[in-house]
Amino acid sequence: MIEIEDVTKVYQMGEVQVHALCGVSLEIDQGEWVAIMGPSGSGKSTLMHIIGCLDTPTAGVYRLDGVEVGGMDENQLAAIRNRQIGFVFQTFNLLARTSALKQVMLPMQYTRNGARIPLTERERRAREALEMVGLGDRMDHHPTELSGGQQQRVAIARALVNGPDIIMADEPTGNLDSTSGAEVMEILQRLHKEHGITVVMVTHDEEIGAQAERIVRLRDGLIVDEVKQ
Amino acid sequence: MIAWIADLLENVRVALDGLLANKMRSTLTMLGVIIGVGAVIALMSIGEGAQASITEQINSIGSNLIFVGAGARGMGPVQEAGGSASLTYEDALAIADPRNVPDAVAVAPEFGQNTQVIFGDENINVSVTGVTPEYPLAYSGIEVANGRFIEDKDVDGRGNVAVLGYQSAIDLFGGFDPVGQKIKVAMPSTGNGGNGGKVSLTVVGVLAEQAGSGMSDPNDEVFIPISTAQTKIFNGRDARGEIIVSSVSVVAASEEQADAVVDAITALLRGRHDIAPNEDDDFFVMEQADMLEMVGQITGIMTAFLGAIAGISLLVGGIGIMNIMLVSVTERTREIGLRKAVGARKGDILIQFLLEAVALSVLGGLLGILLGMGLGKLVDLTGLMSSVVTLDSVLLAVGFSAAVGLFFGIYPANQAARLNPIEALRYE
Repeated sequence: MIEIEDVTKVYQMGEVQVHALCGVSLEIDQGEWVAIMGPSGSGKSTLMHIIGCLDTPTAGVYRLDGVEVGGMDENQLAAIRNRQIGFVFQTFNLLARTSALKQVMLPMQYTRNGARIPLTERERRAREALEMVGLGDRMDHHPTELSGGQQQRVAIARALVNGPDIIMADEPTGNLDSTSGAEVMEILQRLHKEHGITVVMVTHDEEIGAQAERIVRLRDGLIVDEVKQ
Repeated sequence: MIAWIADLLENVRVALDGLLANKMRSTLTMLGVIIGVGAVIALMSIGEGAQASITEQINSIGSNLIFVGAGARGMGPVQEAGGSASLTYEDALAIADPRNVPDAVAVAPEFGQNTQVIFGDENINVSVTGVTPEYPLAYSGIEVANGRFIEDKDVDGRGNVAVLGYQSAIDLFGGFDPVGQKIKVAMPSTGNGGNGGKVSLTVVGVLAEQAGSGMSDPNDEVFIPISTAQTKIFNGRDARGEIIVSSVSVVAASEEQADAVVDAITALLRGRHDIAPNEDDDFFVMEQADMLEMVGQITGIMTAFLGAIAGISLLVGGIGIMNIMLVSVTERTREIGLRKAVGARKGDILIQFLLEAVALSVLGGLLGILLGMGLGKLVDLTGLMSSVVTLDSVLLAVGFSAAVGLFFGIYPANQAARLNPIEALRYE
């Protein structure tokens, strides 16, 4: 479902051109769990931004479900992110002073394929998602009233509430202790297995990476190793 | 269409959520607009109140009163060289002649000036007005409380008599009855010929207290026979030696005949003053409607002026909104990045922040209206001035504050909408 062919990404930093990706080709099938690993500066974040439709390649082809993404404008990319991709970040990125329920309802606010989702329906789906991550009793809590692990679970609920095909997880356990980290990984595993969601995870933690079905290693903007487990 | 409204409501909800998330800051930011709009409403309502009370005073004169004065209308007595801009006593007598102006029921010429009036140790500077017995016919509110008013024999004989207005009597005599007492009126030293002497007058009457009626306050005046004013106290002659009057008040038989009386007086005076058909009048004839129009113009300018000054504070409030919105955009960079990551479009972010700015200013505007009305009520309570809050000024204030929010919100909102989601998410 994700087809990347010879993608390059060049950033213009003032006078200097930075080659973040120098010709990367990668295919990820529906329902796969792939870990992208590599040292900092290897281009793994850039690759993830491109797969997550936050950015477009400078050259090369990226097809998502057979649709070429490269030529899309900002609003088309926003619509794809909204419907097909859920993000989980290292720093959770929850809104301040907002209840867990409202956090999870946020993506549906921007859903606009045909009719809007009615408010009551949004709330119903958000509750469902929060229950799925085991936070049914924390709906009205603000981020400051939640532990790190709980915050990340709210973020996961937010990522899956719109029924995405792919969850992009960027160092999902990077800010968590090992127990909370394990909990979060367990939830991701469950979503992956029970709902067939494709998971693309960026990490430099070998232990976390080992839980994926496939590890793709990057260095200096190139794929240097691919291991199926 | 319905989807469009749902979109808007959705965005309003998001904007209000954003404001409620930071109540203290939202309130402080609104304060600028609250004060600005409050000032606009308060000052404009005082302006409107002033206009309403002056209009009421003019209306109380009666709509069949016509006022004749020297000089071109609105220009004062200054005329081209050689022309004499005076209105003579003979003119007044001509107007009083029913063969010239058939529908005039009373003609009351006046001649007066401000000068010193003295009794014993008391000394006041008031308008000393020479009048005829017809004066109370023109100003229906004039009533004698004690003694009598100026009579024909006083005018014919240039009698040394005076009738005191209510306040003048109190100022000069305190509690006791002035009738029969002698007061002194100073002859103003006019340019090169004045002698600064005093004329002694006997008080023959005192007026009852008046509600303000007309341009001057009769309570503060001293009335004397017009002939005495023209010849004994003031210099009542023009360059050609003719006896002059300050103005002539004419009462038309009815409101419907007021226009006819104005036309008759105009024709009469143009003839008497030898004004060629292509020349302008050297006098003016004003009906009540004309006075109302003039007052309306003056107070309208005053109100607009006050409103403009208050508008500046509204502008400052708007800059406050822009300032806080810029801070807010910087602070919420990660939030904007996240919203974009989960599917917000450029337009969604733009509208969210724009609506926050407009909500701040409109909410501030509404509170400001309440503040302004409160200030107006406070002014009413002092009794010095009255205030009238008009729908116009409320609509103006709300419209202007919304426009301020839009104008000062566009720049910060655009900054927010333009953020790159990747960089915004990385922002520390």
